[in-house]
Amino acid sequence: MIIDLTEIQDIHFFFRLEFFKEIYEILWVFVPILIFIVGITISVLAIVWLEREISAGIQQRIGPEYTGPFGVLQALADGTKLLFKENLIPSRGDIRLFSFGPAISVISIILSYSVIPFGYNFVLSDLNIGVFLWIAISSIAPIGLLMSGYGSNNKYSFLGGLRAAAQSISYEIPLTLCVLSISLLSNSLSTVDIVDAQSKYGFWGWNLWRQPMGFLVFLISSLAECERLPFDLPEAEEELIAGYQTEYSGIKFGLFYVASYLNLLVSSLFVTVLYLGGSNISIPYIFVSNFFEINKTYGVFVTIIGIFITLVKTFLFIFVSITTRWTLPRLRIDQLLNLGWKFLLPISLGNLLLTTSSQLFSL
Amino acid sequence: MNISTIRKDFMIVNMGPHHPSMHGVLRLIVTLDGEDVIDCEPILGYLHRGMEKIAENRTIIQYLPYVTRWDYLATMFTEAITVNGPEQLGNIQVPKRASYIRVIMLELSRIASHLLWLGPFMADIGAQTPFFYIFREREFIYDLFEAATGMRMMHNFFRIGGVATDLPYGWVDKCSDFCDYFLTSIAEYQKLITRNPIFLERVEGVGVVDVKEVINWGLSGPMLRASGIQWDLRKVDNYECYEEFHWEVQWQKEGDSLARYLVRIGEMVESIKIIQQALEGLPGGPYENLEIRCFDREKEPEWNEFEYRFISKKSSPSFELPKQELYVRIEAPKGELGIFIIGDQNGFPWRWKIHPPGFINLQILPQLVKRMKLADIMTILGSIDIIMGEVDR
Repeated sequence: MIIDLTEIQDIHFFFRLEFFKEIYEILWVFVPILIFIVGITISVLAIVWLEREISAGIQQRIGPEYTGPFGVLQALADGTKLLFKENLIPSRGDIRLFSFGPAISVISIILSYSVIPFGYNFVLSDLNIGVFLWIAISSIAPIGLLMSGYGSNNKYSFLGGLRAAAQSISYEIPLTLCVLSISLLSNSLSTVDIVDAQSKYGFWGWNLWRQPMGFLVFLISSLAECERLPFDLPEAEEELIAGYQTEYSGIKFGLFYVASYLNLLVSSLFVTVLYLGGSNISIPYIFVSNFFEINKTYGVFVTIIGIFITLVKTFLFIFVSITTRWTLPRLRIDQLLNLGWKFLLPISLGNLLLTTSSQLFSL
Repeated sequence: MNISTIRKDFMIVNMGPHHPSMHGVLRLIVTLDGEDVIDCEPILGYLHRGMEKIAENRTIIQYLPYVTRWDYLATMFTEAITVNGPEQLGNIQVPKRASYIRVIMLELSRIASHLLWLGPFMADIGAQTPFFYIFREREFIYDLFEAATGMRMMHNFFRIGGVATDLPYGWVDKCSDFCDYFLTSIAEYQKLITRNPIFLERVEGVGVVDVKEVINWGLSGPMLRASGIQWDLRKVDNYECYEEFHWEVQWQKEGDSLARYLVRIGEMVESIKIIQQALEGLPGGPYENLEIRCFDREKEPEWNEFEYRFISKKSSPSFELPKQELYVRIEAPKGELGIFIIGDQNGFPWRWKIHPPGFINLQILPQLVKRMKLADIMTILGSIDIIMGEVDR
């Protein structure tokens, strides 16, 4: 009996240990996700601040200056204000659609961050479908916009939602074709492999040089996917007041705001990953060997360097898109669709064809 | 609107009076088929203040502060027409210096008006940044106005037979400095805007008015000149002293929004030319024809009595309008600004009919936006250049 009792106790003990271990593992899964989300939120705040300061510079204004040093906390202050604002719901709108819309668009964009390698092998999940997860998931965001446009019971919102849907459908195809050419070059869809494939010849190994047309098409269509100014028809202020955001207030409006900046960040990150060698140091030959020595000793250091380099390249593109936004006028909807279907689509198809044939010949 | 009752899948959108790009309180009821505009019905009157009726029990001097509220972006022109009418009705000569000062002020005001057309027009097609640039230059013009008249927008500067005050010391130098500076900033706008492919895509061939239409609709100003008619009242009527300066009428053939943009940009340069010449040739002499200022004097008033007028209590000069009727017009930045006055041997005009360019030009809007895209409404409306204060009066 005594032996039995100890056995049972042992079993219980091991069982509990296993249980705790399991809980611990589950919790451990959430830690990197939390870190990622915090990091992403901070970079969104940084982008908002950058947008305000750069636009102020372009327009000869001062920009935010009182909240924190150089007004860096302005976005935080705005967010807090939006949190405390009254949450208005249109009386005859579809309340469920109206409430889910912003959440869907934000969540779908946040999910696509999981496949982005920020540093060398520093990625939340190295899926073998990689980039196509982003392509697939980014199509969900316009559904959220359409839902909110429809649920607002407002004609401007509805038009905005429809425009968002039309725009994202027509620009997703050239985007996908460009990604397809990239994945042909690196023989993989996984983002980690795509970055690895560009790491060989430093600066000259970037896909940018092998895919200049694809790069341009990708840049333009990712701008259109973000609904940034030359293509910001869904929320065109002068035509549709604020498009699908018209009826929103408080934090739901803030979610749309966050979603648009998250989208900008993820697009710039993908430009970096797909065309600019991601986290590779990319300064050829001399420094590479030095850093490889460090690689053996300080793994964390290399990761941090990788993240830093990724962010530098990313913010370069964010800067470009911000300056574009404050310089160019807006396209009309038919011109936008013409550009997408009659110009970008044939070019990206031709690009894909060229890439495929060159890959065939090199085999 | 009849079509919409037959087919139910059209969307009727109410734009305004509080819409970001309705330039004040214009209201458009737009029938949309997807993105295409089927019909558009403007509704006016949200800023109606009875300006014509107000004039009927005010003397000209009393009425002058009201008129800057017609077209509150080209304020000098409304004042000019308000004094030009009675002047021509009473056959009053204006001193040369006053006429030159008037021309300088009018042209500065024209530039200010065109600038505040350019910014919102660009904002209407999505480019926010020029708005800030034009305000930078407009501030300088308003500083000049403030130095000369004491007010930035509602100057109350023109008087029958001249202007209220002479130019202050140093104003001429400041103004010619501004002219030199402004030419460089116009070049800057051209660099930023004129050859931008997206801008050209948006404005070329949008809102085309051909020569016949533009005359039949009675349009005036840049709308008229952009459609290939060289008609500028400054040349045609030769009012003030415009014939003494060398300048050219700006005009284009195409009649689309781009042509109107080019005409206005060209007019700003021409205005600068006129101002520079006027500043150079600014004659001396009086700035107001004092002979026509008539006061109803009290005969030997008793000191400190109720009727006695102390210096600070000086009544403003009144002007008796002869029993005649007259239509006067000037070339305002938005087009032909005219008034039709009927005098009645009285200080008050018997009738004061305003011919506002914005109101006339706005009529063609429904026809222009039909079968265009939704976004073209803003381009076309912006290129027409309306100010609701003047449209509704």
